[in-house]
Amino acid sequence: MKVAVLVTCINDSLFPDTGKAVFRLLRRLGVDADFPEAQTCCGQPMVNTGYLDEAVPVVRAFAHAFAGYDHIVTPSGSCAGSARHQHGLVARRAGDPRLAETGPKVHELSEFLVDVLGVTDVNAYFPHRVTYHPTCHSLRMLGVGDKPLKLLRAVRGLDLVELPAAEECCGFGGTFAVKNAGTSTAMGADKARHVRDTGAEVLVAGDNSCLLHLGGLLSRQRSGVRVVHLADVLASTEEDA
Amino acid sequence: MPAFPVAAREALADTQLRRNLAHATGTIRAKRAAVVGEVAEWEELRLAGAAIKDNTLRRLDEHLLTLEAALQARGATVHWARDAREACAVVAGIARDHGVDEVVKVKSMATQEIGLNEVLAEHGVTAWETDLAELIVQLGDDLPSHILVPAIHRNRAEIREIFRREMGAAGRPAPDGLTDDPAELAGAARLHLREKFLRAKMAVSGANFAVAESGTLVVVESEGNGRMCLTLPEVLVSVVGIEKVVPTWSDLDVFLQLLPRSSTGERMNPYTSAWSGVTPGDGPQEMHVVLLDNGRTRALADEVGRQALRCIRCSACLNVCPVYERTGGHAYGSVYPGPIGAILNPLLKGVGVDEQTDSLPYASSLCGACFEACPVRIDIPEVLVHLRSQVVDAHRGGAPKPEAVAMKAASWVLSDARRLGLAERGLGVANRALTRFGRRVLPGGRRALSRLPWPGSLWTDARDLPAPPRESFRSWWRKEKR
Repeated sequence: MKVAVLVTCINDSLFPDTGKAVFRLLRRLGVDADFPEAQTCCGQPMVNTGYLDEAVPVVRAFAHAFAGYDHIVTPSGSCAGSARHQHGLVARRAGDPRLAETGPKVHELSEFLVDVLGVTDVNAYFPHRVTYHPTCHSLRMLGVGDKPLKLLRAVRGLDLVELPAAEECCGFGGTFAVKNAGTSTAMGADKARHVRDTGAEVLVAGDNSCLLHLGGLLSRQRSGVRVVHLADVLASTEEDA
Repeated sequence: MPAFPVAAREALADTQLRRNLAHATGTIRAKRAAVVGEVAEWEELRLAGAAIKDNTLRRLDEHLLTLEAALQARGATVHWARDAREACAVVAGIARDHGVDEVVKVKSMATQEIGLNEVLAEHGVTAWETDLAELIVQLGDDLPSHILVPAIHRNRAEIREIFRREMGAAGRPAPDGLTDDPAELAGAARLHLREKFLRAKMAVSGANFAVAESGTLVVVESEGNGRMCLTLPEVLVSVVGIEKVVPTWSDLDVFLQLLPRSSTGERMNPYTSAWSGVTPGDGPQEMHVVLLDNGRTRALADEVGRQALRCIRCSACLNVCPVYERTGGHAYGSVYPGPIGAILNPLLKGVGVDEQTDSLPYASSLCGACFEACPVRIDIPEVLVHLRSQVVDAHRGGAPKPEAVAMKAASWVLSDARRLGLAERGLGVANRALTRFGRRVLPGGRRALSRLPWPGSLWTDARDLPAPPRESFRSWWRKEKR
């Protein structure tokens, strides 16, 4: 089984620790995964803003970087969703069906762990009160269901509290966050209020882009709530504590 | 109308409006979820609804001709209208021929779409809305904010004020001592409207469905005011979008199950009225049907966008949309607000025509809640992205906007790992410079930036931004793994 990790452009440049956590976790589970260095981005920022011509070379780089792998795992529901559901659109634009061939092999992290590796207990230790936000693309575009929750429930020391209105969008939405900044922050403010209501110390999600937005709001509100990616939680062990 | 982000600003600042909207959509959402949950085969019903609409749209011309022939055989007059101007002219002409100076209306989105009330007013004809919520909107000299609950943005106290202030000028005044008790408000509207129903010679309606095989128009409603409109006046004119046709009564069956549960969260509509042609001595003695295109064939020609014509105007997508819940319907600048409006308006009008229409496909975070709720499975996020690409393509060639320049640059950087690596090294350098200004520290210890110049200010006006790391993942991998 040849496995590659799609670290994603946001993790690569802003949240490198999440990429490191994925490798630490996979190694612990006996998976020797590659980081194809030719990888860049899934193309979603261009596709979702309507710039299909601009997305073509990015998706071409993606298809090139990940050709030849059986599975591609990524700590992002949004990028996995984009690869699976949008690369066809870009391939049609480019008139090159090969651009859509790698998309179906991409799995969001919790899907890969539960569906491909068949594990729900990854031997993690994270002694904190945690609430979980299921990001929209994980939830609706991919349909990961309760896989992330199954994984979190198996983490030792973790106290999981339910987030009110969990399935409502946080308001990030890529360029929506700046094109409609007022609406975006209004949505995020309500989500942040729900997070604070839980009394959790840590907000966990499977997408650092949503956490970038929510963490930015929670910080501005001086809430004291820390945002942590699911991969970082699952990679944590007693030695880290 | 201003573009969406500008129009939304007003609503976002109106805390009362935000509370009204959150309360109303939350209530309908819960009701809908409960009654949809009762139907074990809901997913099959959705698939059936989508398939019937798609099959009908594929041979729309044939079904419309069948409808026309069946309507004519039952004594109705059929008019075809290519656009708003033609449709309004037909209705105004009928009013003129009968010498009426007022008409009663049962809620019709199509007549709002074509601006019929305004055109009738130019011809000296007053149109009275008889749906309770539409009446509130009309008396308040306001615009509808929701497809199903046009006055969703108003609370009881506001409605009482509107009735007391405006009813007298439009007919029977509000009773003395009117309170904001819902039953009293409904009673005042009932008395006010009854006077109009009994006086009007002509009515204008829309239709939820048009059954081709029998030439039957169908209106579903909750109050019975529609039925008064459809049965009391002598002349009845119905303005019907051409996508409303369903081939047979058994097709209609599927939608009469999907619509009420999706829209009002009820198992069945309180009033379902169906009429075919005229019956001497009973009901309207003259029936006209205006079959309206007004951009629908344009939408039909759009391979991805045509699925929007499946819409049965249930407003389930509005009630689950987190953007709609914050901005209300007015921000969409159209009779069709919310997620469906964000795709329907550009499809009907075409993109690249005006800034307001072009802003609508971007009025979404693409969260997908609308697709999940849609009873005819319109993949609204897919159409939104498709329309965004049309907006971008419509503006290619001219002077590039800053956004287009940024996207081109991002595409150049992100299509080559070496370039991305260099850009990330730049971020590492920026880290050293920026963190000097990043006084804030995020929980967990990372530094944050809280005030960036434009366009970064669009982010940092309300959100802190974690300072870029000193080292990208890529760079770490090179050092550690090689």
